[in-house]
Amino acid sequence: MSTTSERPASGAGADVDDVRPGPPPEVRLPPLGTVGTLRWAWRQLMSMRTALLLLLLLAVAAVPGSLLPQRRINPAQVQQFLADHPGYAGWLDRLGFFDVYSSVWFSAIYLLLFVSLVGCVLPRTRAHLRALRTPPPRTPRRLDRLPGHRRITVPGAPDAVLGELAVTLRRRRYRVARHDESSLSAERGYLGETGNLAFHVSLLALLAGVAAGSLFGYSGQVLVVEGQSFSNSVPYYDSFTPGTRVDTGSIAPFSFTLDRMRVRFDAQDGGSQFGAPRQFDADLTVRNAPGESARAVTISPNHPLDVGGARAFLVGNGYAPVLTIRGGDGTVAFSGAVPFLPIGGNYKSLGVVKVPYAKPRQIGITGFLLPTFGGFDPQKGPVSIFPDAALPRLALGVFVSRPGEDAMTTNGVPTSVYALDVSRLTPLKEADGDQLRLLLQPDQTVTLPDGAGTVTFDGLRRYAAFDVRYDPSKVWVLAAALTALAGVTASLFVRRRRLWVRVSGTGEGRTVVEVAGLSRGEDAGIPAEVRSVVATLRGAADDGVDAAGERRTQRVERE
Amino acid sequence: MAVEETLAHASNVLVYSAMAVYTGALGAFALDLAGRGARPVAAAVPERAVVVAAAPVGGPDSGARSGSAGSVEAATAQAPRPRWANAGGIAVSLTWLAFLLQLAAVVARGISAGRAPWGNMYEFAVTGSLVVTGAFLVVLRRRDVRYLGTFVVGPVLLTLGLAVAVLYTPSAGLVPALQSYWLLIHVTVAFVASALFTLGFSTSILQLVQHRRERARAVGREPRRGRFMEALPPSDELERSAYRLHVVAFPLWTFTVIAGAIWAEHAWGRYWNWDPKEVWSFVIWVVYAGYLHARSTRGWDGRRAAWFAIAGYACVLFNFLVVNIFFVGFHSYSGV
Ligand code: HEM
Repeated sequence: MSTTSERPASGAGADVDDVRPGPPPEVRLPPLGTVGTLRWAWRQLMSMRTALLLLLLLAVAAVPGSLLPQRRINPAQVQQFLADHPGYAGWLDRLGFFDVYSSVWFSAIYLLLFVSLVGCVLPRTRAHLRALRTPPPRTPRRLDRLPGHRRITVPGAPDAVLGELAVTLRRRRYRVARHDESSLSAERGYLGETGNLAFHVSLLALLAGVAAGSLFGYSGQVLVVEGQSFSNSVPYYDSFTPGTRVDTGSIAPFSFTLDRMRVRFDAQDGGSQFGAPRQFDADLTVRNAPGESARAVTISPNHPLDVGGARAFLVGNGYAPVLTIRGGDGTVAFSGAVPFLPIGGNYKSLGVVKVPYAKPRQIGITGFLLPTFGGFDPQKGPVSIFPDAALPRLALGVFVSRPGEDAMTTNGVPTSVYALDVSRLTPLKEADGDQLRLLLQPDQTVTLPDGAGTVTFDGLRRYAAFDVRYDPSKVWVLAAALTALAGVTASLFVRRRRLWVRVSGTGEGRTVVEVAGLSRGEDAGIPAEVRSVVATLRGAADDGVDAAGERRTQRVERE
Repeated sequence: MAVEETLAHASNVLVYSAMAVYTGALGAFALDLAGRGARPVAAAVPERAVVVAAAPVGGPDSGARSGSAGSVEAATAQAPRPRWANAGGIAVSLTWLAFLLQLAAVVARGISAGRAPWGNMYEFAVTGSLVVTGAFLVVLRRRDVRYLGTFVVGPVLLTLGLAVAVLYTPSAGLVPALQSYWLLIHVTVAFVASALFTLGFSTSILQLVQHRRERARAVGREPRRGRFMEALPPSDELERSAYRLHVVAFPLWTFTVIAGAIWAEHAWGRYWNWDPKEVWSFVIWVVYAGYLHARSTRGWDGRRAAWFAIAGYACVLFNFLVVNIFFVGFHSYSGV
């Protein structure tokens, strides 16, 4: 394999203006002639470099988003970071470093890149469309300077041989033109440039799809305890984020009940993965709309629920102890399941119960659920030693208001369900003055000191956390991504090749056939291609090799 | 249980055995390379010598070639085949053996865990380096790239060392978010793409070194160190080999990113979250897109493009080593 044969030789006479730009630098520019073409080439060069610069910038600009906490992934971490680094973190925040992917500078880079892309793709599309309609260029005067050149003599008249080769080339998906009596021009591989253009256009489509998704889609999060139901409307959600063009009144009216949350953990004693999650399944009863028939569906982390165009994902789970709380007057002031949020290892979970209706004094409870209680640690407090509910215990502290006073709402507005504001509450104490610490097991009732009431731990249920998402454009985004993939593959592997054939009669019923080719860029296959095209000719049984073959051919001619 | 534990243990022993054999292969490859360096320049391309020898009358474009080839002929004809000529063959055989041992280790690991063997960093490293060796052996069957052996087996051995020393995690099941056939597709293709990036990176490095030597020689300075480089193809040929590897790797990486997005959509409901793993996959993709652009930017030679390829590979390494271990995101399943 010669290294020079892949490069188009100078003086090939092939007009390359319809072929995509950017050959490897060693290629000498073809004779361009017109000033216009030069200007075009210059602009091309500029824009290729600009595109390259912007691509690099894009890569660099994406990095800080992986090094610094990001609001869209973990807002709490960002708060923490701001608190830990009071000096420069504020500046980083102002410069958008905690929202990198929606920051002005990141957006500016990719928008500029896409402008450059449009500016680049439009002229190339025009040129390519022209190329698709233009027949392959005339046969160069001297074929023997081109890669893979071969000359052989075969029986038959020139015209017949040309006809035969034209058929062969068409069968090999070449476009064939016959500019004169004694030669053929053939070209194939237009798909490469088509693919390249399709790739770049798909990137535009992809960006448009992503943008559309954020305009017309919505997402929301909700916690559902076993036995409870959820309806897809805004009030049911714990948090809800609609796109700017979403009519929250008309979202899909589905609903579901969480029948059971099934969870399994690695229980192999002493294994390094002891306690690691192995299975999460949520059994649901789903209705597409009120009044429609119900269906049973099980969803798990990789198997979301598809309903009404939206998707519900199982993103978390935890425990919701069922509690009954009576006030000092003996009446039931609260009864129900309270979701506790996992905050530590092995599902040690934190929860808050507010009982504003307890009389005469309001009751506020905060504490931990330990699914498998493992005692108290001097630093960490109560610990859980396994995530499954093998030995569930509640470790609670209790607060009360002054008799008859409302300490649970601020100006009539209840505070967060997951936090207890104790500023106007007093902790209950043991007889010895220590703060009261309850440790409850299921079915246990304790009587609170000072006649504040009773707390009963009725049992444990699980809950599931769902993420509901509606993204009308994601199919389009996927389609664009797959088109880009197909396009870039075609672009990188389809080779644009030109072949030329020239014949001349020897006058003895034989024909001298010359074939040579030219390719763009990376293509060592031209000699092989020429050889195999020539080999299809009748009477051209294997006939020497390229350069050395030249001599063998001469010998053949002398015969 | 017992069978599974035995298999897990067997897998570990197989990994150690493979490492031992790789060490031998590395030595043999190094010897081979050193031997090549000592050989007359063109002896590494005997085919050419044969072609020209069969047709001693120079053709129109074989003038330059027959000159050097003629001297080669003389050299090869006189010197008896030296002993180190076998080192390359031995190295390849050892690499095959190590590959098979490692393959067995990976299979045993998979069976013992009851799933595809790439659920944590240790398994990623062992399976990933297996794919690198596999890709190298496949390429080796098609063309003689033994000169790359040192640069492939060396990193593979390093990776395995890192895996057993730092990343080791005992065999066990998978966390639920990973239980998806998309994982299989996503990770498999990512492995193959990374393996090709690895080969492409090695080739680009060699290309740059070779280029330096060529430049030094052009100004009349005979490079003193690295005689083994004489055995390697000229830098422009290395450049083309690197390009061919990258051109296969790029669409595969594109596919990896898309498959990852599909998987993310299945698992978390969002196809793109910009979590650290995704950020770096994106950065890798953009840098290699830059490589392809740089390569076809007029007036730029293959050297600048090679730097893009090297930067891209630095990102690949960063993504695997640093991001997997130190960054928390949705992808935090590394088990370290
Ligand atoms: C979103 C940003 C872009 C990305 C990710 C991207 C990616 C790529 C990739 C991967 C290739 C390789 C395929 C091939 O060689 O056929 C390529 C080729 C190409 N790109 Fe881009 N590109 C982008 C923007 C642009 C822009 C703005 C221009 C305008 C100058 C451009 C011009 C080209 C050209 C001319 C080629 C063909 C090079 C050749 O013939 O080898 N691209 N692009």
